[in-house]
Amino acid sequence: MTTEATEKRPHVGLFVTCLVDLFRPSVGFAAIKLLLDAGATVEVPESQTCCGQPAYNSGNREDATAIARTVIETFERFDYLVAPSGSCAAMLRVHYPSLLADDPQFAERARALGAKSYELTSFLVEVLGLDKVAARFEGNVTYHDSCSSLRELKLRDAPRRLLASVDGLSLTEMEETEVCCGFGGAFSVKYPEISSAIDEAKVCNIAKSGAACLLAGDLGCLLHIAGRLSRDGSKVECRHVAEVLAGLIEGPAIGQARKAG
Amino acid sequence: MDGASPQDFKQSAARALADAKLQRALLNVKRGFIVKRANAKAKLPEFDELRDEARALKDHTLLHLDLYLEAYERKVIESGGQVHFAPSAADARDIVLKICKDAGASLVTKGKSMVSEEIGLNAHLEAAGIEAAETDLGEHIIQIRGEAPSHIIAPVIHLNKEEIAEDFVRAHRGLPQDRSLSAVPDLVAEARALLREKFVTAEVGITGANLLIAETGSSVIVTNEGNGDLTATLPKVHIVIASIEKLVPTLEDACTVLRLLARSGTGQEITTYTTFATGPARAGDPDGPRQYHVVLLDNGRSEMLGGDFRAMLRCIRCGACLNHCPVYGAIGGHAYGSLYPGPMGAVLTPALYGIDHARDLPNASSFCGRCEEVCPMAIPLPSMMRKWRERDFERGDPPLRERLALRLWAFAAKRPRLYHALSGTIAPLVARLAGDRGRFTSLPFAGAWTETRDLPAPQGKTFHELYRKTRGNEAP
Repeated sequence: MTTEATEKRPHVGLFVTCLVDLFRPSVGFAAIKLLLDAGATVEVPESQTCCGQPAYNSGNREDATAIARTVIETFERFDYLVAPSGSCAAMLRVHYPSLLADDPQFAERARALGAKSYELTSFLVEVLGLDKVAARFEGNVTYHDSCSSLRELKLRDAPRRLLASVDGLSLTEMEETEVCCGFGGAFSVKYPEISSAIDEAKVCNIAKSGAACLLAGDLGCLLHIAGRLSRDGSKVECRHVAEVLAGLIEGPAIGQARKAG
Repeated sequence: MDGASPQDFKQSAARALADAKLQRALLNVKRGFIVKRANAKAKLPEFDELRDEARALKDHTLLHLDLYLEAYERKVIESGGQVHFAPSAADARDIVLKICKDAGASLVTKGKSMVSEEIGLNAHLEAAGIEAAETDLGEHIIQIRGEAPSHIIAPVIHLNKEEIAEDFVRAHRGLPQDRSLSAVPDLVAEARALLREKFVTAEVGITGANLLIAETGSSVIVTNEGNGDLTATLPKVHIVIASIEKLVPTLEDACTVLRLLARSGTGQEITTYTTFATGPARAGDPDGPRQYHVVLLDNGRSEMLGGDFRAMLRCIRCGACLNHCPVYGAIGGHAYGSLYPGPMGAVLTPALYGIDHARDLPNASSFCGRCEEVCPMAIPLPSMMRKWRERDFERGDPPLRERLALRLWAFAAKRPRLYHALSGTIAPLVARLAGDRGRFTSLPFAGAWTETRDLPAPQGKTFHELYRKTRGNEAP
């Protein structure tokens, strides 16, 4: 840690994300561990629910705006907002400022919060200057970039750099890493056949990589890909990158059976 | 036209996904366009600057479109041509038909033109007893099949060569039934021999335009087959049909756009032919048409100029957004039921024909953003699709169940206490329901998901519930 960091530890508000809250709390705890280990102080405000994307992407601007205002009010007091999701971070960073651009009370606040909102791995690497973690994970993994991480946040290196420091882990890139998994939030249930066809292509590429484990930074993609892999009877496990980086890997992988006993 | 409508999108998409031949043909999108475009872009270090420049010049032109249209018209007239403004598709059809009739035409040749498809020109000419012969190989194939193009630059990307050979045997009469058409050159040679006849006998040639240049009054077409040149120069009358947003101010500007167009579309540095046409043949010219007409189509575009969808008028129809779209790649172009498929079509179709007619198109996107990333005009396609979703939502068009679910969810999401009470109750219940399997293979109310995918089960308690407990333990 640099001296500046010890003088004042950055105070992070963790944006848990609704999917992590509901489906996989372990990702939230992994995020907290990583942030604390990297020298931040972490608080998890309870008045958070969701970033509003389901409303925003369904054309329900009114509810999306209301939710955005609440998130801003909840998180603007922190030095940073960090989310274990590229998709939610992009919503905050890229879309809140445009969603609230014409709101005299919130336009500037949306820009200010957007500017200090980060996806977890990019925050660790780019803001806290982290370049390695003390974790161990045996096996060959492949990494799925979420579209929002890749294209809205221009984020590709940070998770890979941290994964490179994990003991025992080797990363094999799959083909077409830049292609969507077909999740797309409500898209996956509004157009299930199309969503699933895109997923199928992704799962083929994962299989071809030969990796035993798929990692990603977004739980939406992970639920979608894991659901397809298990339906196909694949042995490939899916985990959130934060869980591996934090060494929180005792529990079953996403969608996997609990071990007997 | 095969009569499909954007209103049948879901059924059409399901059919497309189940069509093994189509799925095989669609692999060519990936194999061909995507890799070639990436290579072409990589070889041009200034690609991104060029893109900024092109975007700026198109924005500038659109802002002053009235002035540039007038300047363009003056130049066309100066060079001996005529300009006809067509507010609607019907106007454009009538104007073209009248020119053809005045020329005493019984046969017109046609270069590839999406605007011609947009106005339904062929059917209109045929109804008046005038044969319209498509001369672009792909367009010729869909013409004999009675289909619409499935891609804006590759009309028959939905077909395999075996299917095309069958069409040729069926449609090209008077040739030996047992001739070999197994290789692509066989198909090309046969089409060439047939079309040669049309080129030399047609009284009118109709082409589209990739660009119109205000400075010179020229129209520009890019092709790889040279059929556009023969269409434009051999008949005594040349008609250019183009929509108003094809205009650029100068020759230099046209070159800027051309440097992006082929690279983005086919991945070529430049197409085999880039043809500039300026007025009819001058005295002393060895060939060229005696009349040169430009039919400028509006058909809803001037309305787009003043609204949320203006940026869509920057589109140069390169097809890159289609090529890189996972949805287009999964279902192909016909499933959209619109002449303009893929991301550009998802924005343009409702703008031209109304959102009530095409509500699925902007909705059927995962918002992966690759279209915007590869668009040489940096058109914010996902944002504009979202804008259509907003209009759709405001009109109350999404299915009741969808709207209700969204309203209920939003009601809770705006009330953190209620939200956490609900999620804190539901998550453990659902987790318990899944038992030790850790996932659901089917679940009531979630059939849309579980039909093709398992649904991973929640771990148990919500994060917030667990976090509250850890905090409780830590409390002094």
